[in-house]
Amino acid sequence: MERLLEVRNLRVSYHTYAGEVQSVRGVSFTLDKGESLAIVGESGCGKTVTSKAIMGLIQTPPGEIKKGSEILFQGKNILEFSKKEWQQYRGAEVSMIFQDPMTSLNPTMKVGLQIAESLMIHRGMSKKEAFKEAVKMLEMVNIPNAESRANQYPHQFSGGMRQRAMIAIALACNPKILIADEPTTALDVTIQAQIIDLMKELQKKLGTSIILITHDLGVVADIAQKLIVMYAGQIVERGNAEELFYNPQHPYTWALLRAVPRLDSEKKEDLISIQGTPPDLIAPPKGCPFASRCQYRMQICDEVPPPVTKISETHEAACWLHHEYAPKVDIPVGRGGVL
Amino acid sequence: MSEVRITEQKGQVSDEVLVEVKNLKKYFRVGKNAILKAVDDLNLYIRKGETLGMVGESGCGKTTAGRTILGIYSPTDGEVLFEGKNVHKLSGREKKEYTKEAQIIFQDPYASLNPRMTVGDIIAEGIDIHGIYTGKERLERVYELLRMVGLNKEHANRFPHEFSGGQRQRIGIARALAVEPKFIVCDEPISALDVSIQAQIVNMLIKFQRELGLTYLFIAHDLAMVKHISDRVAVMYLGVNVELAESFELYKNPLHPYTQALLSAIPIPDPEVEKKRQRIMLEGEVPSPINPPVGCRFKARCKHAKPICGELNPQLKEVSPGHYVACHLY
Repeated sequence: MERLLEVRNLRVSYHTYAGEVQSVRGVSFTLDKGESLAIVGESGCGKTVTSKAIMGLIQTPPGEIKKGSEILFQGKNILEFSKKEWQQYRGAEVSMIFQDPMTSLNPTMKVGLQIAESLMIHRGMSKKEAFKEAVKMLEMVNIPNAESRANQYPHQFSGGMRQRAMIAIALACNPKILIADEPTTALDVTIQAQIIDLMKELQKKLGTSIILITHDLGVVADIAQKLIVMYAGQIVERGNAEELFYNPQHPYTWALLRAVPRLDSEKKEDLISIQGTPPDLIAPPKGCPFASRCQYRMQICDEVPPPVTKISETHEAACWLHHEYAPKVDIPVGRGGVL
Repeated sequence: MSEVRITEQKGQVSDEVLVEVKNLKKYFRVGKNAILKAVDDLNLYIRKGETLGMVGESGCGKTTAGRTILGIYSPTDGEVLFEGKNVHKLSGREKKEYTKEAQIIFQDPYASLNPRMTVGDIIAEGIDIHGIYTGKERLERVYELLRMVGLNKEHANRFPHEFSGGQRQRIGIARALAVEPKFIVCDEPISALDVSIQAQIVNMLIKFQRELGLTYLFIAHDLAMVKHISDRVAVMYLGVNVELAESFELYKNPLHPYTQALLSAIPIPDPEVEKKRQRIMLEGEVPSPINPPVGCRFKARCKHAKPICGELNPQLKEVSPGHYVACHLY
């Protein structure tokens, strides 16, 4: 397997009037060719900031990528890229689709031209060639009447079609990595299923690696091979899909799985909610960030950050419960969140 | 002991119908010859103490239905009966009384709280309008409401922007409960919230229903959550109620092709189940509700479509006890 991306000890802060918000606090992971990785967590856990850092979209100031952070793309640290290298990298090697397809498309430009734009820049195509290619891209993402649709403006597209157009733009130059930041959150369930299916199909066809960012574990069960669960700027658990859904090892992952009712469950059980809210990242807690909301909290959790325990070759969790002196706790969730 | 007994009694669904919607239509004129039929011939009833879930994709008329039931919109045709009285034909005083008995919790906790008012004043606005409490009692009631929704009395003097989405939704709930309503329309109360916060809000709504004997119309597009909270569920498509059944019955035995597709589109957090599942993929998207097609609204996306579907609008039929469906297949 070819290693495409390696993020090492990524730390990102935002300087605000209230103080320094430590959005991402030491995140490391790798992505291989053709792999799909899901980053799961609630708002403010740092998942979007992580993806923006990979795209080089952190605005400085107020943002700051801390010293010692490394993002290696095919072995080269992108944080040391020259302007020219950035241009080559962004759009052609790595591209991104955003949550809200309405605000991320240019309302004054024809959709076809927005797709053609990157082909003209990165591939040096003429406008005419690029437009032809753009129509092909629209066909690939299953937009009917692609030819006439390419000459329309974003407001003439529905939400699902706009997201398809976004995917077409992102994939126009056949990038090695596609970052999808909550691509289906703004869409209806039936359209969500269509978009996830489309992404799966395109991945198979083009061999693109995907980083999928979401707060909904259900969405990724079908598509992700590897998962990362983030909380308060840190990775609390990582593993492949089977491990995370069938043998989760961190109380936060348990809570995430139990907070959503399952459609196929027969019982009408009470939902188990996570009390409280995530910690303030201006002054992050000194111990485990989840301790204040965790029902298994021990004294040490408030004082010392938990060590990362290896459960298998691919499965890791950062929790004191895995310490040899900790009381043994049975996993309170069944397979895939069945209570 | 006696208190416990009372709450148990209150939590039960009675046979008494609280809200009845008959042939409700709400059209909007959107252009010279264009009529947007947001709600077209809606029929349903809600029993006292019951939660009726209402699901469907964006633009299917769920919110318009909820608002027309509350009397915020006046209907184009049809009627809404609350305790037997047509809510759109009430006299001035009765109408004011109805706004006390029926309340709403909005979807967007950011847009639905006035940024210039303190939380205390937001919650007490209904109390002031109806003159329920004044002075010290009013303040006590605000504190009590804040405590009920898991906030504390120091929050009364703050402004909405100081709160997170989940906390704002709690303020919205406190505002709805302030006038002691019987019936609350919950218009997508959890869609804008994080997964971990959604469960807190849903559990709170269930708890208040049991304790205060409330009746809910729960509008949402998250079918798993609707199944969890509702006694019965109505599925809407392009302004029409296509299926209505007890929630477990609907999920176990969906009859309308649209309901089947909608259910199969919902992801389940279980990789093995997901891999084995057969998805019914819907082609295309919801057509425009402006000048909708004659006949069945769903026919363009339905794989069972027959000639009759293009001619005749299917009516809601009871196919098994309590299970209604509007489809020519049955």
